[in-house]
Amino acid sequence: MTDFRAEHRAIDWASGEIGARIRRRNRAQLRLRLVGMAAIGFAFAMLATLVGSLLWTGTRAFRQTHVAIEVHYDAGILNPDNLQRGNYRAILGATMQALFPDLPDSALRKATAILSNGAQFMVRDRIVADPALLGQRISLRVPVSDPYDQLHKGLIDRETPEEFRRLKDDEIALWDRLEAAGAVSAPLNWGLITNADSRFPELAGLRGALMGSFWALLTCFVLSFPIGIGAAIYLEEFAPKNRTSDFIEVNINNLAAVPSVVFGLLGLAVFLNWLGLPRSAPFVGGMVLALMTLPTIIIATRAALKAVPPSIREAALGLGASRQQVVFHHVLPLAMPGILTGTIIGLAQALGETAPLLLIGMNAFVTAAPGSPFDPSTALPTQIFIWADSPERGFVSRTSAAILVLLMFLVAMNALAIYLRNRFERKW
Amino acid sequence: MTTAAFMILLAGTVGAYLLNRHAAEQIRNRGARLHSLAGFHGLYGALLVAVPTLVVVLVWLLVEGAVIDRLVMSGLPAAALDGLGAGERQLILSEITQLAGGRQFGQPQPWVLEAAARMVRLRLASDVLLVATVLALGGGMAVLAWRRVSPDFRARQQAERIVNGLMVFCSTIAIFTTVGIVASLVFETGRFLAMIPWTEFLLGTRWEPQMAIRADQIAAQGSFGVIPVFLGTMVITVVALVVAVPVGLFSAIYLNEFASPRTRRMVKPVLEILAGVPTVVYGFFAVLTIAPALREFGAATGLPIAPNTALAAGLVMGVMLIPFISSFTDDALTAVPRSLRDGALALGATRAETVMNVLFPAAIPGIVGGILLAVSRAVGETMIVVMAAGLIAKLTLNPLDSVTTVTVQIVTLLIGDTAFDSPKTLAAFALGMLLFVVTLAINVLALRIVRKYREIYD
Amino acid sequence: MNRAAAPVTPAVLATVKIQARGVQVFYGAAHALKDVSIDILDRTVTAFIGPSGCGKSTFLRCLNRMNDTIEIARVEGTILLDGQDIHDSGVDPVQLRARVGMVFQKPNPFPKSIYDNVAYGPRIHGLARNKAELDAVVERSLRRAALWNEVKDRLASPGTGLSGGQQQRLCIARAVATSPEVLLMDEPCSALDPIATAQVEELIDELRSQFSVVIVTHSMQQAARVSQKTAFFHLGHLVEYGDTEQIFTIPRDPRTESYISGKIG
Repeated sequence: MTDFRAEHRAIDWASGEIGARIRRRNRAQLRLRLVGMAAIGFAFAMLATLVGSLLWTGTRAFRQTHVAIEVHYDAGILNPDNLQRGNYRAILGATMQALFPDLPDSALRKATAILSNGAQFMVRDRIVADPALLGQRISLRVPVSDPYDQLHKGLIDRETPEEFRRLKDDEIALWDRLEAAGAVSAPLNWGLITNADSRFPELAGLRGALMGSFWALLTCFVLSFPIGIGAAIYLEEFAPKNRTSDFIEVNINNLAAVPSVVFGLLGLAVFLNWLGLPRSAPFVGGMVLALMTLPTIIIATRAALKAVPPSIREAALGLGASRQQVVFHHVLPLAMPGILTGTIIGLAQALGETAPLLLIGMNAFVTAAPGSPFDPSTALPTQIFIWADSPERGFVSRTSAAILVLLMFLVAMNALAIYLRNRFERKW
Repeated sequence: MTTAAFMILLAGTVGAYLLNRHAAEQIRNRGARLHSLAGFHGLYGALLVAVPTLVVVLVWLLVEGAVIDRLVMSGLPAAALDGLGAGERQLILSEITQLAGGRQFGQPQPWVLEAAARMVRLRLASDVLLVATVLALGGGMAVLAWRRVSPDFRARQQAERIVNGLMVFCSTIAIFTTVGIVASLVFETGRFLAMIPWTEFLLGTRWEPQMAIRADQIAAQGSFGVIPVFLGTMVITVVALVVAVPVGLFSAIYLNEFASPRTRRMVKPVLEILAGVPTVVYGFFAVLTIAPALREFGAATGLPIAPNTALAAGLVMGVMLIPFISSFTDDALTAVPRSLRDGALALGATRAETVMNVLFPAAIPGIVGGILLAVSRAVGETMIVVMAAGLIAKLTLNPLDSVTTVTVQIVTLLIGDTAFDSPKTLAAFALGMLLFVVTLAINVLALRIVRKYREIYD
Repeated sequence: MNRAAAPVTPAVLATVKIQARGVQVFYGAAHALKDVSIDILDRTVTAFIGPSGCGKSTFLRCLNRMNDTIEIARVEGTILLDGQDIHDSGVDPVQLRARVGMVFQKPNPFPKSIYDNVAYGPRIHGLARNKAELDAVVERSLRRAALWNEVKDRLASPGTGLSGGQQQRLCIARAVATSPEVLLMDEPCSALDPIATAQVEELIDELRSQFSVVIVTHSMQQAARVSQKTAFFHLGHLVEYGDTEQIFTIPRDPRTESYISGKIG
């Protein structure tokens, strides 16, 4: 063993060659660091762009341009016995005529087009509610139609050559006169939440979608929460370790990874086609979402049950409690915070789920909020999809605003889950 | 009436509970020793009433609509339905349903009016029958339970057996779901393959499903070759992975090896946010911001970028997958034992060399498993591509071009009216079958790799 | 060796390899090592003994700055290697660790071939100019670790496939391949059977001819067998340091005595 001892080579660590090598290696390390930071920077930049572009376009929809008009409920036009079917278009025409007395009749239609298409219904509803208004004059603030809303928000560039502009010079001139007269205002757009869907962006709101999502999530919760907990308790506490329970477990794990659109196909074929349940109903949507949420809840519940130490079970068993009493009196209450956290996260996922709802028809155009889970309706994400698909310019900012509303709910739900976890989490 | 049925059910359950508990208490008060506590006798009674009755009500409600529809349709005069397709039958049925619901449009034919009246009568009869059934069944079960109350009756064991049965049922729902998915896909795919030979479906290179549904419609002869659709899915998946894999890997490496704990605590949740954003939001982001930016880039550089380029959908899908890849990489790197890291550092390896030469190779199986799961996500992802990718299937591998995907075709074929006898509708199920099989295979493979890898170091 | 950077009197340098003065280590709020000062000699085996948690491993990890890799650890005091402060900003920890090699408690071969395990250090430090030189370094290191004859026919098979004792000798070969000046061994035999332990101890004695070896051990018999100098640590203090024979026969400190006679630990 002595032969190699002489070969022991002293290494000159201070030599220039080694020093240069170290510097090169440190530069390589720096490069890896920089690449890593760039990767994180890219992810952050994408997130910032996403949120930024949504805020940039979405916040515009939080205000809606209105114009103040004076309406004369002309007894000569309206029939007091059938106020529901009066010619309110003519009444609005007369109103605009009064605002722009110098306009020829041919230009009057352009002036009336400033007002939203829904203005006539607002005028109608007012007098239907209070027939005593017949023959009187009242002041009203009505939303303006989409192009003028865009103009007021600065989204239509006056510098663009006329032939490429959505509003022509004479239309802009009319608008400027209204603005000069102080008739224009842009209050907070409560209609975004209180109105149901509409073909006209200035009237479209999320009420139907919010109610639809509410019914769907309620159905989803009522079904998936007890079933998920029941399944998790059985698998974790009672199931014998055999091939059946293994099979169920594999099944649950695979279900968690099945693409959501396949659940939509299931809903369409089984719930709609075979069982004949109503199309577009939040109840059916909720059932499909429940099937999708079930694996999440089962997995979270099992983790929470597993976290309860066996000593608790042994203590209760030692007192003569049956195994079910042990679970329902001791283990389950201790695991509840974890179960709730998992359930809320599962429901938040369900709230954002779109594809399966499209397949069971929850992208229907419905202008009334659903009164029950069996009425046709949209949901928040499908409403976003519908609006994103609409050609009218005004729907771009509405879509962003709807997304902001959806994200707000998701943030709130996740915050609640985090709060529950931090507040009640126990370290054994 | 349905509400009434549920109220009776609830009242019956509570009633049976009180009845049995009271009966048991009386036995005890007379001095006998009960085997089970009085509360368990009550619970037994309540369960005995609630479970079977609830099952009956739910099944009733599920099949009621279909049965009534079928009865009404079969009661129509034979001449009215002669030679009509399924779509037209559907229209007639919906007209009848509208009428029965009190919404009348125009002047319906007399036999439609009569059918609507019959539908109303049938619904009423069904409701009455339901309430009667609930009353009879609930009452019967309550009496049955009450008669079993005795000192020796093992109410706790019996009640626990029912609860156990309920829990077993809950855990089989997962199996029922899988069976439901497989059954519906296989059934409808079978009907599709009866119309279109499977060789054409799997090997055909043209996908033009917009065929005529009615004879008078003008449309191309449908063709259902899935290869271009599958190719499009692959193009977008590859683009997504090209974005997500490097970004996810390097951010995980940076966070694991170089970042301070504070940075890590701040960055990780922000990355997780990317995973929590609903896909419909990503889809809108692609349409609103990314696609126009790419178009402008194409116009500026002269690259032929299509309006619905696969790049836009792929890029955004890649962003969605970043946290997926990074968290799997993170797990895999952390699972490498600390001793290996120490061994490399003690030899004088830099941190970068330690990661790249020792930790990363050791973690590769875990990372590959994560990437495979990401592939399965990308293949099954729907909303981003529905909103940002194209509709026309093209036989191309060019990511600048517009392509379509399996999921886009499923949604576009099924959105709107669906008639379950047209190959156009059934094709969606065949595509769904394909999607299910492919993602399932990838998932099983990925989970196996990840699990094997964990076993090595546990 | 060219040590122009060390302006210390040659008389001292001839024997002292590492000088530690007032070394303190904190893990977060825990004070793990308290004011340790010691001179470790060149070409000598020094054993660190003491009950678990006494700070001996912690101190060992200070000598090649492995504590830097633990985020919550904080080291104070000075440690001189050949008269140069190892915490000096001019000292690269990467280079330091090449000069001060380390062998761990549990064998930790990389999941690579035997050859690649040994060649890894020379490769990253650029110690071989070509394949032939690298082959020579690998062979020399494996011979030095007394492993060559057992593995020369399967250098390409994975290092993780060897037996525990072979793995540990592979790790020693890996550590000596960079021609370190000091070799730190953290309980290198705790995971080995008696035969493998005897082989490694024999190896340590061989290595003394070229390296300064510092070994942390639980076993006092091992310390007595392999070392010339012994340091006894207790509760983060260096209690006693001297010739091994003296420590084991006439300890000066009562704590050392009670440990040696089996009363603490």
